Amino acid sequence: MQASTQTISVPAHAEAAHEEAGFWSKYVFSTDHKVIGIQYGFTALCFLFFGFCLMLIMRWQIAHPGQPVPLVGPLLASVLGDNMAAKGIVSPDLYNSFGAMHGTIMVFLAIVPLAFAAFGNYLVPLQIGAPDMAFPRVNMASYQAYVLGGVIMFFSFFIPGGAAQAGWTSYPPLAEAIPTEGQTFWIIGMVFLITSSLLGAVNFIATVIQLRAPGMTWMRLPFFVWAQFVTAFLLLLAFPPLEAAAVMQLMDKVAHTSFFLPTGLAVGGHLAHVSGGGSPLLWQHLFWFLAHPEVYVLILPAMGIVAEIIANNTRKPLWGYKSLVYAVLTIGFLSFIVWAHHMYLTGMGTRIATFFQTTTMIISIPSVIILTCMFISLWGGSIRFNTPMLFVMAFLPMFGIGGLTGLPLGFSYSDIHLHDTYYVIAHFHYIVAPGTIFALFAGIYYWFPKLTGRMMNEFWGKVHFWSSFIFMNLIFQPMFAQGMAGMLRRMADGGANYSAARVPGAIGGLSDSIMSLHTYILWAAVGLALAQIPFILNLFWSINNGKPAGSDNPWEATTLEWQTPTPPPHGNFAQAPQVHRGPYEYSVPGHATDFTPQNQPD
Amino acid sequence: MDIPYTVQPRPDTGLYNAKVGIWLFLASEVMLFGALFSAYILLRVGAEDGLWPHGWLNIPVGTCNTLVLITSSITTVMAWASCKMNQFGRFKFFHACTLCLALTFVGIKSYEYHDKFTHYEIALNDGKIADGHFIENKLQLVNGAYTGYALLKGHVVTDRKELFNLREHPAKHEELRLEGAQIKSLDNYGPWHHTYLAIYFTLTGLHALHVIGGAIVIGFLWGPGSKLWRTDPERFTNRIEISGLFWHFVDLVWIFLFPVLYLL
Repeated sequence: MQASTQTISVPAHAEAAHEEAGFWSKYVFSTDHKVIGIQYGFTALCFLFFGFCLMLIMRWQIAHPGQPVPLVGPLLASVLGDNMAAKGIVSPDLYNSFGAMHGTIMVFLAIVPLAFAAFGNYLVPLQIGAPDMAFPRVNMASYQAYVLGGVIMFFSFFIPGGAAQAGWTSYPPLAEAIPTEGQTFWIIGMVFLITSSLLGAVNFIATVIQLRAPGMTWMRLPFFVWAQFVTAFLLLLAFPPLEAAAVMQLMDKVAHTSFFLPTGLAVGGHLAHVSGGGSPLLWQHLFWFLAHPEVYVLILPAMGIVAEIIANNTRKPLWGYKSLVYAVLTIGFLSFIVWAHHMYLTGMGTRIATFFQTTTMIISIPSVIILTCMFISLWGGSIRFNTPMLFVMAFLPMFGIGGLTGLPLGFSYSDIHLHDTYYVIAHFHYIVAPGTIFALFAGIYYWFPKLTGRMMNEFWGKVHFWSSFIFMNLIFQPMFAQGMAGMLRRMADGGANYSAARVPGAIGGLSDSIMSLHTYILWAAVGLALAQIPFILNLFWSINNGKPAGSDNPWEATTLEWQTPTPPPHGNFAQAPQVHRGPYEYSVPGHATDFTPQNQPD
Repeated sequence: MDIPYTVQPRPDTGLYNAKVGIWLFLASEVMLFGALFSAYILLRVGAEDGLWPHGWLNIPVGTCNTLVLITSSITTVMAWASCKMNQFGRFKFFHACTLCLALTFVGIKSYEYHDKFTHYEIALNDGKIADGHFIENKLQLVNGAYTGYALLKGHVVTDRKELFNLREHPAKHEELRLEGAQIKSLDNYGPWHHTYLAIYFTLTGLHALHVIGGAIVIGFLWGPGSKLWRTDPERFTNRIEISGLFWHFVDLVWIFLFPVLYLL
């Protein structure tokens, strides 16, 4: 008897102590999927901001090559030294490493962790009616590996020689020939980030397969869960080849092997002291085998967010739910066999190029199906134009522009002209910046009341939306023109050496009007930076001071995450939910309300 | 709410969570090693005529190591079956065997590595190439030139390609004395020596890390981790199954590595 009272009192006491003192276990070493989701979200937003700042400095250098950077110039000079930023002027080496790290940070440390890990961690278990992820401690390890990878990437800026300089693609032999250990840091950082993605992907897939609530059949999953599920498979299967490639490049750097170094390689005018026999193309194949699916890792979670918000704010079911599911599965499969469309100009041969052109055109079909379903979903709905919906409505045409401008890059003959120009930059930024990032903003505004019980401010949300929308387009539209005029990317002087002003009369020189677009883009980028101030203030101010949401389900949504207490407690649901219906039963005739939650019995 | 299906299988999938997890993890491992095998194919296809080595590895030693790993797979299954049959003592015995076999594998592998790192290809000033292991090495590098002497167990060839096809030109093991003045440069058979050795060391090194990692997990479950048997035997048996699946995968990788690197 005495023993049993002891066993009851001990855990209760331990729990009380845990509640009071457990800052570390509650916020830092947490195994709760919601806390990990917020950790991922916060860290990724910080990296997003950092990557954006790198870009601002680069835009200054492009518009005003060789002039000291205003405001942060002295800081750059004192932190990075005279080799990199003497008198606050961005050196070509520094420009290269900012370029490489902007790409790396935005893709691997900002967007994927935000779209997949943050939103996915917080929402997938809630939406399928699960108490947590299948492997909570693996989840924690995934976040820790991500932070470690991020720290290694960040510190590589401060080593002698600076961070990696060979682009986010790190093509050898260039990547291995540049005399900085930044590349080694990059590789080791990537290995941690790959590990993190891998652990996350295993966890997501196992969670969706195993932990769906009773009644949550596959065709009752919200589209967001489907998108995350496919994304997880892409990460699971596409990242390991890059890990293999990273290991080989690390061997090249550290053990002086020649995986990617051909026979007869000359560096700086001298024959390199290597055994040779390696293949630079091998790296490109392995890199793009990851990096093309990675493009879909960037966009699919955003499409999932968009689908949820469209259904909620049009107050009607998504049009073509099954088509959407099959389209996303098709994209997932096809994304593994389109990678070499990044490599038309490598001389890999026209037969191979033909195969990859064909698959590239085929993969645009499911993408168009998804976008069309979403457009048709708007038809006849009584749309609520709140901030999340505005971002989502902007996502659709922006993603459309990004997608359609990709077609000329998918054909090898038009790619010859456009390859490696600003056109490419404009194309993929339309997909990721006003595309994915807008969807992420929409998601933040939309799910904020579930995290905090308060709404974000609508007025400042709309200011944020309209200003971001305008400046995004002002930044990226001119780049199409620059690219088509033949301006190459990755030039530290913004193409000044190829301008008609520098070389009068040269055929194909960049005209003054094309060059002057740099200045407009710079100020549009500054405008975009200012446009984020209302968002940042709104985000933090609303945590404690926003308008109370009033209920656990302020948007009157149907999916399960809104049927929990706010914020959801550890374990999420008071009792195991039973699912009775599909995810989007809005405006069902004969029902008392215009939304019927998934767990509401008939 | 607690997380369901941590021990008992979910009725519609027939699997408990960790089993889904390990299969997914192994799928990613297939892609990891798959990429390295593809790299092997590309490097081999792209190699210059006659400059891809044959017969550089010792087949009897490799065969022996293959048998060691296959046996360890059997003892792993027996260990799991013993848990299922509620025979904890037999489990302890079989997994002790697994651990010993794992150590044996790593030991034999390090012997092979050592043999490569002490194997030198020596370019001589007369254009010939000496190749073999040092018996005694009194060479010193002074101002870019070698002085002293070395006793080498190996042979001298005129065409470098003879070193690449040891099946047609078996290496002779004669004792040679080399004077420092004869030697232009020397290079041991590390990963930097040739892309074949690069892929050999990378693939087998990564595989050896998997063996060591697996051995640490199995060692933990055999030692301190086996306390769980007393409180929750079913969960413990699941852990043995999961670690066993990983172990079988590691064996399977070797089953591919052995013919690709030793026999082809």
